[in-house]
Amino acid sequence: MNSVSPDIGRKAGGGRRKFAPWADPAARPLVRFEGVSKRFSGTAAVDGVSLDIFEGEFFALLGPSGCGKTTLLRMLAGLETPEAGRILLDGQDLAPVPPYRRPINMMFQSYALFPHLTVAGNVAFGLKQEGLPKPEIAARVAEMLALVKLEGFGARKPHQLSGGQRQRVALARSLVKHPRVLLLDEPLAALDKKLRGETQFELMHLRERLGLTFVIVTHDQQEAMTVADRIGVMNHGRLIQVATPPEIYEQPNSRWVADFIGEVNLIEGKVVAAGATATTVASARAGTLRASSAGDAKPGDTVWVALRPEKVRITREPPATAGENAVAGQVMDIGYLGDLSIYKVRLDDGFVMKAAAANLTRLIERPIGWDDRVWLSWLPDAGVVLTR
Amino acid sequence: MIGATDKRGAWSARAVVLVPYLWLVIFFLIPFLIVLKISLSHTAIAQPPYEPVLDPAAGLEGLKAFFRALSFENYIFIASDWLYLSSYLKSLEIAAVSTLLLLVIGFPLAYGIARAPRRWQPALFLLVVLPFWTSFLIRIYAWINILQREGLLNQVLLALGIVETPPAWLSTDTAVYIGIVYSYLPFMVLPIYATLEKMDDTLIEAATDLGCPRWKAFWLVTLPLSLPGVVAGALLCFIPIVGEFVIPDLLGGSQTMMIGQTLWTEFFANKDWPVAAAVAVVLLCLLVVPIVIYQQMQARDLAGGR
Repeated sequence: MNSVSPDIGRKAGGGRRKFAPWADPAARPLVRFEGVSKRFSGTAAVDGVSLDIFEGEFFALLGPSGCGKTTLLRMLAGLETPEAGRILLDGQDLAPVPPYRRPINMMFQSYALFPHLTVAGNVAFGLKQEGLPKPEIAARVAEMLALVKLEGFGARKPHQLSGGQRQRVALARSLVKHPRVLLLDEPLAALDKKLRGETQFELMHLRERLGLTFVIVTHDQQEAMTVADRIGVMNHGRLIQVATPPEIYEQPNSRWVADFIGEVNLIEGKVVAAGATATTVASARAGTLRASSAGDAKPGDTVWVALRPEKVRITREPPATAGENAVAGQVMDIGYLGDLSIYKVRLDDGFVMKAAAANLTRLIERPIGWDDRVWLSWLPDAGVVLTR
Repeated sequence: MIGATDKRGAWSARAVVLVPYLWLVIFFLIPFLIVLKISLSHTAIAQPPYEPVLDPAAGLEGLKAFFRALSFENYIFIASDWLYLSSYLKSLEIAAVSTLLLLVIGFPLAYGIARAPRRWQPALFLLVVLPFWTSFLIRIYAWINILQREGLLNQVLLALGIVETPPAWLSTDTAVYIGIVYSYLPFMVLPIYATLEKMDDTLIEAATDLGCPRWKAFWLVTLPLSLPGVVAGALLCFIPIVGEFVIPDLLGGSQTMMIGQTLWTEFFANKDWPVAAAVAVVLLCLLVVPIVIYQQMQARDLAGGR
């Protein structure tokens, strides 16, 4: 389901503004991680991470739980100290700066609202530490509460609010000091699915209005895809790939990333012929396949063709188009998701492939049923050749 | 049918609630009324009954006569004699100072245990409660041994050259304070520990993140959030210390009479039960104030859901 159109939210945003400082070699990063490592009782939580994040960027750290993404975020906030490497903000080493002096604020996963303070008291907390005059604090708190649509809730205590409202208070509290970088640690994990979707778009609008730099930590790939300009995929403390959401999805750099982001068919094979634009792969399971360029793979190398289910067409007749990859098999499972259906097809030698098709008609009886003999076909450039 | 079981269910639910009330009526309210009646009476020759005695046979007239004969003379006597007033004041003073000392010692202790590594906490917690394994009286007698002129404390002080001549510890207020603080410490530590232990560490991190150094975060977040535990601990100590009898009797001198000792003297030495009962009733009224405060705080905590 996540695989339908990963760039649905990006199209609008991407079309409005061209924003790609990471592609500009002259651009100076706002935040720079240089070979940052941290271990917890012997095991590496973060292992030699180097990463640049640019002013105004919405960056997502994505990975399974325990991959070190939160530790990386907490090191930027100053709540953990790196054992090796440096973290720079605006070219300045953050190591000697205590967390309470960093122009960086964090929204905690648990929200960490002060239960003894009112909503207004929570939002004002950070401003009071700066010693601002009272009228200014009151004005900025009111402005923030209006921004997160919580006017009139200032006098309530956190326990008198719903989960969604608490999340907004936490967001207002971390935004009120106008931080250079706003860190969001799984900010939407506690919300229900519908509210989460709405809040994702609100976060994006908020970033556009305030022009702040956001770094979000999430294990939800759909969330990362929706909100972020770039995604850093992490596993076992290492950054595996850093790229824009469409690149991560369409051009994963490894089997692990391809498999972690959305659904994928991975077909193992050996390179028969490698060209500048096309690769021919001999696979034991699905015959000879034509795919796009394999980069540095040479004939004889073992590679994997990664193929998203929605790029596989499923038909009852053999495809007529020449130059397409096609395999035959039998439908063994159908997952009906409403908007689309996922077909699990067992090829003649037992290999199982997945294909997704949009349910374009309102027929209750779908044209393809269980145990039907079907053909799966896909264009040569639908599959990515991965070497690792 | 359903209605019947419902009714029976409601009745049994009410009966369950009734049991503690019945308990309170039999073991608290009735004895209290007896004490109250004695405090309003005057001594007859020798032991009870005290005058006036309610004569049920005399009917309404008897009842009227009974109430007419009750008098506040014992209360007036207590108020007019400096001995009682000074014992009350002494008790309140000792309770207040002890509670303060207990807070000063107990809070860091509770904070230390709550901040200690998780796996150590049960052991540290046990150490605080461990003295309860021994009889309270034995522990106080042990203190007599330690505090007497040739006791352990003076031997150590002499050996270290801190004092030239051994000072008298026993039969002083200091000894009373040592005994009280020692005995009541767990009652201060446990409620404070309970509130600190369930506090979310990320609150401190959030405060730090918002521009608060560690010590200030303690002041602005940890301390206010531990306040319910502090108040509970303070009242749990203050209330029984006011009525404390054994510790001042064994460790204190004869010049400092706490109200518990005065009460004991009236009952058992002077055998003036009406005056003793009046002393007890006044003490109870004094202690009702902090108890009500404590209960209101607890009710508010429950309502607050925290």
